[in-house]
Amino acid sequence: MTTLRTIFWALVLLAGMTSVAMAGPYEDALPRFAADSYADTEAAIAAVTSSGHSLSLRVIEALRDGQLLVGAGQVVIRDISGPLVDAAKGQPSGANAGSLKPVRVNNRVRRAIEAALGNLTLLSTDPGTRLEAARAVFRSRDAAALPTLDKAIAQETSPNVRKALRTARAAILLNKADASSADRLGAVATLKERGDQEALALLSSLPSGTPSDIAEAAGKATDSIRARLALWSAVQNIWYGISLGSVLLLAAIGLAITFGTMGVINMAHGEMVMLGAYTTFVVQELIRTYAPGLFEASLFIALPLAFLVAGVTGILIERLVIRFLYGRSLETLLATWGLSLILQQAVRTLFGPTNREVGTPAWMSGALEIGGLSLTYNRIAIVVFAILVFAVLQLVLRYTSLGLHVRAVTQNRRMAGSMGIKTSRVDALAFGLGSGVAGIAGVALSQIDNVSPNLGQGYIIDSFMVVVFGGVGNLWGTLVGAMTLGIANKLLEPYAGAVLGKIVLLVGIIFFIQRRPRGLFALKGRAVEA
Amino acid sequence: MSILNMTRRNLLALTAAALVSGATAGAARAEETIKVGILHSLSGTMAISETTLKDAMLMLIEEQNKKGGLLGKKLEAVVVDPASNWPLFAEKARELISKDKVAAVFGCWTSVSRKSVLPVFKELNSILFYPVQYEGEESERNVFYTGAAPNQQAIPAVDYLTKEEKVERWVLAGTDYVYPRTTNKILEAYLKSKGVKSEDIMINYTPFGHSDWQTIVADIKKFGSTGKKTAVVSTINGDANVPFYKELANQGVKATDIPVVAFSVGEEELAGIDTKPLVGHLAAWNYFQSVDTPDNKAFIEKWKAFTKNDKRVTNDPMEAHVIGFNMWVKAVEKAGTTDPDKVIDSIVGVQVPNLTGGVSEMLPNHHITKPVLIGEIKEDGQFETVSQTDALVPGDAWSKYLDGSKDLIADWKTLKCGNYNTVTKKCGA
Repeated sequence: MTTLRTIFWALVLLAGMTSVAMAGPYEDALPRFAADSYADTEAAIAAVTSSGHSLSLRVIEALRDGQLLVGAGQVVIRDISGPLVDAAKGQPSGANAGSLKPVRVNNRVRRAIEAALGNLTLLSTDPGTRLEAARAVFRSRDAAALPTLDKAIAQETSPNVRKALRTARAAILLNKADASSADRLGAVATLKERGDQEALALLSSLPSGTPSDIAEAAGKATDSIRARLALWSAVQNIWYGISLGSVLLLAAIGLAITFGTMGVINMAHGEMVMLGAYTTFVVQELIRTYAPGLFEASLFIALPLAFLVAGVTGILIERLVIRFLYGRSLETLLATWGLSLILQQAVRTLFGPTNREVGTPAWMSGALEIGGLSLTYNRIAIVVFAILVFAVLQLVLRYTSLGLHVRAVTQNRRMAGSMGIKTSRVDALAFGLGSGVAGIAGVALSQIDNVSPNLGQGYIIDSFMVVVFGGVGNLWGTLVGAMTLGIANKLLEPYAGAVLGKIVLLVGIIFFIQRRPRGLFALKGRAVEA
Repeated sequence: MSILNMTRRNLLALTAAALVSGATAGAARAEETIKVGILHSLSGTMAISETTLKDAMLMLIEEQNKKGGLLGKKLEAVVVDPASNWPLFAEKARELISKDKVAAVFGCWTSVSRKSVLPVFKELNSILFYPVQYEGEESERNVFYTGAAPNQQAIPAVDYLTKEEKVERWVLAGTDYVYPRTTNKILEAYLKSKGVKSEDIMINYTPFGHSDWQTIVADIKKFGSTGKKTAVVSTINGDANVPFYKELANQGVKATDIPVVAFSVGEEELAGIDTKPLVGHLAAWNYFQSVDTPDNKAFIEKWKAFTKNDKRVTNDPMEAHVIGFNMWVKAVEKAGTTDPDKVIDSIVGVQVPNLTGGVSEMLPNHHITKPVLIGEIKEDGQFETVSQTDALVPGDAWSKYLDGSKDLIADWKTLKCGNYNTVTKKCGA
């Protein structure tokens, strides 16, 4: 385990640094872990950290991982491999595992642990650990870390880590009343350079009694950071809009085929999305049981399966129900709505009414920071995925014989029939395609929404809105419609709030549809009358 | 013409379905039983939460029957499905009381469903046990509120954050309906009475089922970066929680920076989320599955055996039903009859053990005494209790912090009034 190795080296370093490990404070602090009080645990962490004892890091890390056990007057570390180690001496312990309980941890203690680990791992050999440590010290602003920090900066080789270390140092110096004026002004400059919200928080909450020259410099720095952040937040809002737009696009694009080109009002469209999400859940469950190593790829495995499950369901629905209702939109609406309830209840009976947990692969967690922007990986993945789906669908409709047939049937059913196209087969396949695409949308949406029987309901109205707004019968219209609605929604939200923003948007669409009943990109010519 | 045909066909189908269900209900009717109505949604949006409560009630009734029933008769559960449809709740309640002649009804989850059935219970004079934490500002003669009132959940949670986490800035985030709105109104008044300035309170409402939290989480981050410790008090309802917590995790908002304390997130809701990034976020309830008492252990074992599922979790509204059901049983035994008027009179003052080691009592305002527990989310989706009130907290029907209600009290024992104004000395506000 690499972490173990780092711990080991950090320990060696620490031992070298504090040539004489003092016996007193560390041993005195340990029993306080057994007091079962958060305040005592916090004090013990501080004492253990400052003791410089060679086992400090191990104790704190065990505490973080819930492996620091107490009971019967003993404090014991449980190693990952299993054996118990006496925290006081570092020797194997003969304590009875049954009588021990892990030390309880709450947020306060967790913060103390983070700060302590920061102080203890600043000189670690692993740059990643050092970076984490620098960030932890930045948050804790523990003045006791200053000497180690100076040392770390002096020997740091990675520019990234050095920058983090310097901002951590600046954060401490800024609030240190006995630091020299030049140091504190330098700290202001460093933080201004960092220029994010955390820096802003530090600069705008100086303790009272700060000399006026420093306060003034900090005031100027906050103004410049605020201006910069305001600019970035506008860009950030547009990004949120694009990412919401891509979710809308994914949900609506299948509907653009079934409703847009075939004219079927499919109220069960949302349930196709739900089926896709549940397919992801089943795939992940199977992978967890039989091939845990494949988990990172689970979404890719789920994609074709979701397409298949939803697509086949779609074809069945078309063959068994919708086929008999072409041209009678009201009946189709009622029938598909009934189907949507049946599908929901079927899933509820099969999987239970509660949410199912769909895991997020590691590569989709976290966020990418660019300047003042923070782009979360799962949203980036969904935007890219939505565009891919759109492109592939466009290609299928344009360059495959199925696409040609679908377009032909859409434009003039009787003529296409006379030319020898089996229109009813094309109907079934097109419906299957639309439903299948909804299914793969479900795979993506399982990453950001509940996987519950109600999943589809949340998207059906938005999907229709996008398709109608974009213009029926046109995939480009769906793309533009989804992005416009997404961005408009996200630009409105900061001012109007989520509830009012949505209302404003809906009212806007009503007016728009009254002016242009066929949406943004209306089909022209004879096809319209078909 | 075709529309007419359609409706007539539908009507026929509906009537047929109604006839069939009526027939089965009739066949199941035995001679000497006491009927207990269960009014929880088994389909639709609320099925996610309410189905569990239906199962819990069935288990309690089965258990009581094993003990020999009540007043020498067996109990019989009558389950109906109001399908998350508020007007249907009233219809089904009427059906339970007038047609099935149930002795008491256990049910409802959302406040709007409770409000929808209130007139029915008043008109037909029956009894409803309502097991969910709610916004308060109500006390009815026919309803017993076994969930928490705001002073048994929201206020202690805020106190905990102020004391333990030194929180100075507050985000009150909720779904846009009556429970969050009223709770946040109470909390805002309470925080202001504690000297919190209005610029340190941010209130945010989102629609039901809101799934795109990017902007709001970014706003919370921004609000929390002024150097003052910030916390989020969440009254976000069921479905919207999963995307909310996922977004928090993705944007890197950790519990150690900005803790979120939720009033509607329990073990059941967490079962659908990857809880590792949520460790340390909080919830305030009156019960956690992780509470280590013999009563609770036995209850969890029974529940897992009853549902034949080792992974099923228990939650706070289930405990409320346990307390409510046991109180009703005791009150019926005390009164010697299931007649609603006599039970309503005899139940006030009844004490039954709750699952967290205390003894809850039915108060004259038809609320009960409960302990308040604050828990932090653990990696396994359970809660670690980090704070518990020393004594049980009596539920307030009317909040002390709202202008319109601070003079009101409810007392169905001596005053026989749900909204007695202590200033004007009049019943009826």
